[in-house]
Amino acid sequence: MINRNATHWSHLFGILLLVGSSVACLAQAKPPSDLLIKNATLLTVTHGKITNGSVYVKDGKIAAFGASVNAPASATVIDADGKYVTPGIIDAHSHMALRDDINEATSPVVPQMRMLDAFDYTSKAIYRALAGGVTSALLLHGSADMIGGQAVVIKTKYGLGRDQLLFPGAPQSIKFASGENPKRVFGGKGVLPSTRMGNFAVQREALLQAKEYMRDWDEYNAKVQRGEKDAKAPKRDLKLDALADVLRGKMLVQIHCYRADEFINEMAMAKEFGYKVRAFHHALEAYKVPEKLAAEGVGIATFADWWGYKNEAWDAIPWNAVMAMRKGVTVAIKSDSDDFVRRLNQEAAKTMRYGGATEDEALRMITLNAAWIIGVDNRVGSIDNGKDADLVIWDGYPLSSYGVPEKVFIDGQLFFDRTKPGFGTTVYTGVPEGGFIPASTSVKEGQ
Amino acid sequence: MLKKLGFALLLSSLAFAQTKSSAAGSSTIVLKGGKLLTVTHGTIENGVLVMENGKITAVGAVDKVNVPANAQVIDVTGMTVYPGLIDSETNLGLTEISAEKMTTDLVETSDEIMPHMHTREAFHAETELIPVTRANGVLNAIVAPESKDTLPGQDSFIQLAGASATDMLLVKDIAMPLNFIGDVRRNETFEKAKYPQTRMGMAAQLRQAFLDAQDYQQRMGEYTKKKADWDKSDRSKPEPVSVKHDLKLEALMPYLEGRRPVVLAANEASDVETAVALAQEFRLKIVLNHLTHSQPVLDYVASLKVPVIVGPIYEEPKQDERYDTVYALPAQLQKRGVKVIFASYDSHQSRNLPYAAGYAVAYGLPYEEALKGLTLYPAEVWGLADQLGSLDVGKTANLVVANGDPLDVKTDVKRIFVQGKEVSTDSRQSRLRDEYSK
Repeated sequence: MINRNATHWSHLFGILLLVGSSVACLAQAKPPSDLLIKNATLLTVTHGKITNGSVYVKDGKIAAFGASVNAPASATVIDADGKYVTPGIIDAHSHMALRDDINEATSPVVPQMRMLDAFDYTSKAIYRALAGGVTSALLLHGSADMIGGQAVVIKTKYGLGRDQLLFPGAPQSIKFASGENPKRVFGGKGVLPSTRMGNFAVQREALLQAKEYMRDWDEYNAKVQRGEKDAKAPKRDLKLDALADVLRGKMLVQIHCYRADEFINEMAMAKEFGYKVRAFHHALEAYKVPEKLAAEGVGIATFADWWGYKNEAWDAIPWNAVMAMRKGVTVAIKSDSDDFVRRLNQEAAKTMRYGGATEDEALRMITLNAAWIIGVDNRVGSIDNGKDADLVIWDGYPLSSYGVPEKVFIDGQLFFDRTKPGFGTTVYTGVPEGGFIPASTSVKEGQ
Repeated sequence: MLKKLGFALLLSSLAFAQTKSSAAGSSTIVLKGGKLLTVTHGTIENGVLVMENGKITAVGAVDKVNVPANAQVIDVTGMTVYPGLIDSETNLGLTEISAEKMTTDLVETSDEIMPHMHTREAFHAETELIPVTRANGVLNAIVAPESKDTLPGQDSFIQLAGASATDMLLVKDIAMPLNFIGDVRRNETFEKAKYPQTRMGMAAQLRQAFLDAQDYQQRMGEYTKKKADWDKSDRSKPEPVSVKHDLKLEALMPYLEGRRPVVLAANEASDVETAVALAQEFRLKIVLNHLTHSQPVLDYVASLKVPVIVGPIYEEPKQDERYDTVYALPAQLQKRGVKVIFASYDSHQSRNLPYAAGYAVAYGLPYEEALKGLTLYPAEVWGLADQLGSLDVGKTANLVVANGDPLDVKTDVKRIFVQGKEVSTDSRQSRLRDEYSK
């Protein structure tokens, strides 16, 4: 995680103001009604491009789509006027709406941290991501620690209450890290780890403890099962509870990892302890060992073209995503930034230039592949029947410098509409005292 | 002293002239069949452009331009040809790996008033960042110190190709940033804070620096006059005593005299007004910079009739602002008649400069104005419009050949020409790509 705009004071004050002003105006979710988006160019991700297509949404799910769709007359009709419709954008690596509580960097092993406990559902970062066409995001712990906290998966239903923003049924992800960040954070304090050897030793030690803890609990549970009255429960340890879940395969392991050698070491560690790595994040050297990642079924969540901000990002090349994809790696382009999350479509489009990804492949990197990394690809990430109706109507071709979201639907409900004045939000209506400064007064102005 | 400065200026312009003649090739290259975005006289579909001795010698439709007999003709059918892009604020050559301190020379933060820091003296011509950047069509740039002091030093104007720093530093000390932005305050905590902890402190410190410079200017003038009037043969009169040299104050002279522009950076509306008042007090020639949160004073900004380097437009809006407030800023300024110029404000990501202009188009800036903000307008602001910024006869042949719209993220730059010579689009990154594609 890079903080490009390190204005933490103003950030903090802004949030305090926001909490004061917006809580009162949180509305309740309206039940989504039938919806027909017609006369659209559908970029489905899984079924290619459908020109002059329609999507029929019922009870928040995609019920039908294609060139001709039968929808009941009762459905609310939205004429997309030939504009593009894509599935909602999904960010597989975000720290938005976590205030400054991204890293519990007081110990290199903190799997008991739950990002939910820091999640600020009123954060305007969510609104701005929504306005950028993002409908789901994985909010991760930072990379200061070898073993970080438990992530939260959200839908960007800005204006609703906290629990309504949580992605129902999303699997639990946990953040691991490697390389320079733990080295710098703890080495800087003069404690273990300050080297990559130290990093891996810390990780292995924690996993070994968890293995013993799991064994103690398994033995205890077996005793209870057998009806042994004197069975004594081991002491609960939140840290080891979480790691035991990792070892039991109940968590998706998301590892911040840049270098090729570290991918190999992390995958070996996973084998040693019997868990699977879901994805390497950043993964700027994936192009050096794509076959090895593909063979283990490990995905990557990477940047389109970031490089050079630290030593382990020195070998980054913008062809990384496509080179890894061509060798069978599931690749997502992610933001890791409250700024870039607002235009992930452009970041994905860069893969068409660097390496020649097709339109479908580029879009897949910010939709279905990101959904797979988060473990919700059966629910979102493409225009398919039965999937959540998370849809974006774009005012221009999305895989370009010019396409910007006009309307964003989540579970069939309209949450953002660029043509509306004010914030353009439909559920959130909070306008702070004294109003706000309008931006482009007319949407079409000057185009 | 003033004479000395004049001489230094003369030297730097001589260096520029020499660079041009030594780097310019004698061969004639013709780009034929492409779509020419001339910037000054529209788009020519199926055009021809002739480069000779480093200059553009002909531009026009394919049936209107004579192709010289000895020319190397390059077929660019289906391609778009446009002038090299100009990035009006970068840290190129001052940083290699951001987190590795020994590879960066971004800014001297030991004091806030550091006008005697010259980026040209840290500029690392062999940086791996320059080939990466120019491969996206950015062929000229301002190299500025990082904006962590109110007066962090002097900008250089570079060309992103050349055998050495001498070749690449086209204009040394071309302008001076004045940063009236909150980041400059030394206000970490009450315990650690040092002067200037506040904007009042920043303004007072700046005002004092310019007053000191005026005083220095006056004393130096008096000394120069005395020295000229001094009769050497009259043994009864002692030689006038020279004013003690002060590098900081000397560095401010060209700006006090309005000979070079001060790049006045402010984000907030109130800061813009404070900073402009300060600049007016000392009659500085200004170019405005950033203005990302200055929406309430855009009419006032327009009334100043100065160009604006705008952005980054990716700066997040304030909590109470609509999501597109900053994206729409270039359009809002342009609508008021302001010449809008773009900058990457970066180094590693300077290659993405054209996309900021493209995104400004998505939020209402006319396309032609966006392209001018990367070419002609910066050339004008930096005093180089006779050489750069458009496809016009007589200008330096800095050209980009790409497979499409220069402002679109999907567009791939195929060839680049600097001073009429083709320059490779290879970089450390393309070499790594090739190495791991075997």
